[in-house]
Amino acid sequence: MTKFISRKDLTLFISFTAIVLALPFLAAPFGAAYPDLLQRFMIFGIFAIGFNILFGLTGYLSFGHAAFFGVGSYAAMWSFKLLSTNAIPALIFAVIVAGIFALVIGFVSLRRSGIYFSILTLAFAQMSYNLAYSVLTPITNGETGLRMALSDPRVLDRMFFEVPAGTPVPSLFGATLSGWNGFFFSAVFLIATFFLAMRITNSPFGMMLKGIKSNQNRMNYTGFNTRPYTLTAFVISGMLAGLAGALLVVTDPLAGAERMRWTASGEVVLMTILGGVGTLVGPVIGAWVIKYFENIFSSFNNNILYNFWSFLPEGMQSTVVYISSKFVGEGWHLTLGLVFMLIVIFLPGGIMEGARRIGALLERISGRTRSRSELKPTAAE
Amino acid sequence: MQTPENVVLHVADVHKHFGGLHALSDIDLQVEEGKTHAIIGPNGAGKSTLLNVIIGRLPPSSGAVVFDGTVLTGKKPHEINQLGVARVFQTPEIFSDLSVLQNVMTPAFARRDGAFKINMFGLVDNENDIRAEAEAILDDVGLVERRESHAGALSRGDKRRLELAMCLIQKPRLLLLDEPTAGMSRHDTNTTIELLKKIKSRGMTKVIIEHDMHVVFSLADKISVLAGGKIIAEGLPNEVRGNPKVQEAYLGGAH
Repeated sequence: MTKFISRKDLTLFISFTAIVLALPFLAAPFGAAYPDLLQRFMIFGIFAIGFNILFGLTGYLSFGHAAFFGVGSYAAMWSFKLLSTNAIPALIFAVIVAGIFALVIGFVSLRRSGIYFSILTLAFAQMSYNLAYSVLTPITNGETGLRMALSDPRVLDRMFFEVPAGTPVPSLFGATLSGWNGFFFSAVFLIATFFLAMRITNSPFGMMLKGIKSNQNRMNYTGFNTRPYTLTAFVISGMLAGLAGALLVVTDPLAGAERMRWTASGEVVLMTILGGVGTLVGPVIGAWVIKYFENIFSSFNNNILYNFWSFLPEGMQSTVVYISSKFVGEGWHLTLGLVFMLIVIFLPGGIMEGARRIGALLERISGRTRSRSELKPTAAE
Repeated sequence: MQTPENVVLHVADVHKHFGGLHALSDIDLQVEEGKTHAIIGPNGAGKSTLLNVIIGRLPPSSGAVVFDGTVLTGKKPHEINQLGVARVFQTPEIFSDLSVLQNVMTPAFARRDGAFKINMFGLVDNENDIRAEAEAILDDVGLVERRESHAGALSRGDKRRLELAMCLIQKPRLLLLDEPTAGMSRHDTNTTIELLKKIKSRGMTKVIIEHDMHVVFSLADKISVLAGGKIIAEGLPNEVRGNPKVQEAYLGGAH
């Protein structure tokens, strides 16, 4: 009998949806329940899921995915300026443009594999960054970044109604997308992206991708033309990066070149590895953890540190504050680097592997007690 | 050059030289439909070169390799497979990260859906026909109990069985086996030979490249002996074994 979805996947999908929609409450105890941060949870969740479709399934490590993210941002912004402040055309336009970019870059980069592939994607991304930063300033507005202006043509809007006075902002058929609206709008796309990733992973197409990751030579001698498979995965992944980039300008209407820098490409790699490469939930968790701690650590200043270490004696306190201040605020990447090193060395499968190990441990403990209690009646018989 | 009706694979007058070195000269092989044809020879006889020429990885300096009316030279590995040629490698090439069952199901998709098809919204779980077929083949090779195991965790001999299963599910017209027992323990060698005997009745044509004459003796319908880049003898296993030239090639010099 053909099934639309397996019971296990349905449970996973429903739990994921419930957790995402309940985040405004769930994140409250962590002091993270404000729309700005949760929106970023959604957006970088989409980015990481998309990245994982390429890296997790095919094993091709792209070091230039920020290029598609940035292209998505600019494309969405131009849609706001030229067509309409409505977010839907902006997202569609961004996904298409990012897809075309991914097709071109992927077509060239996928002629090589391994480290050469990574270097090619990195080179393309740095080229895109430089184009956006200095060469293509008429399109990207260079350093300053691209934002909406009162004088924008917005042809679709002007065709149908009198545009309101005041600085234009992204909207959804009249409703604003700031604050919680923006969060729920992005959440819908994260849930949809998660569903897409789940379907791909369990489809025959996903199995071919996993085969390519495992043994590309065998795939070729088994009769598969592997390059169109990897290119399809690359384009899907680039389109999702474009979607994430577009959602970022929907919620924060400024498109800048710094989003295309190599550090941004590296960040999505970190998110995916930290969470668990090739797992469905892992990349999302990785994205959330990094964005959460970025938010916490980068806001720390010396005052907070003095309070935190206040239980220490006077002289020691200032030394500890001096040392720990290097790891927070601007220096929070130092902390991130340390955490990342620890994860890669001790938990190469990321947080998901950690969760699995704890789960297995608990099962063993409960299994032992269960088998003991089961043994007793047999012994009595 | 005319190829007789019942010949599936015709290696026609192939020469291959690397600079001044004649790796293969004047090779003419005709592999008949449904037969098991072994190519044996001592180390350095040119067996690997011949195999690479057959599968199109090395272009011959002259001559051609024709499979069922199609010239294989210059074709990509997946194109050759789609024509109906499956290959077993010296070191088993399997998908170590996938389960045993997934390893066998994957080639079935290549046979059914061709070299490239995006089936993104179907579920592997719904592919009942392919799964049933894969389980039947795993049963044949004696791995059905381990279908959920990680393929990378199998023993060398079991990996070879798995690789054979992966080829068999494609129902190839021609199966190329490159030293199928190389590097194996005596026990694994024997079980592999038994398995090859078992699948012999399936009627597919097989070409076995082998160093060890004893491995192919009970399997082959016809044996060609390669030495110094030339075919020095060809015939039924018994004829070849008694041939003094073959004995000399194996016992003298090269071996």
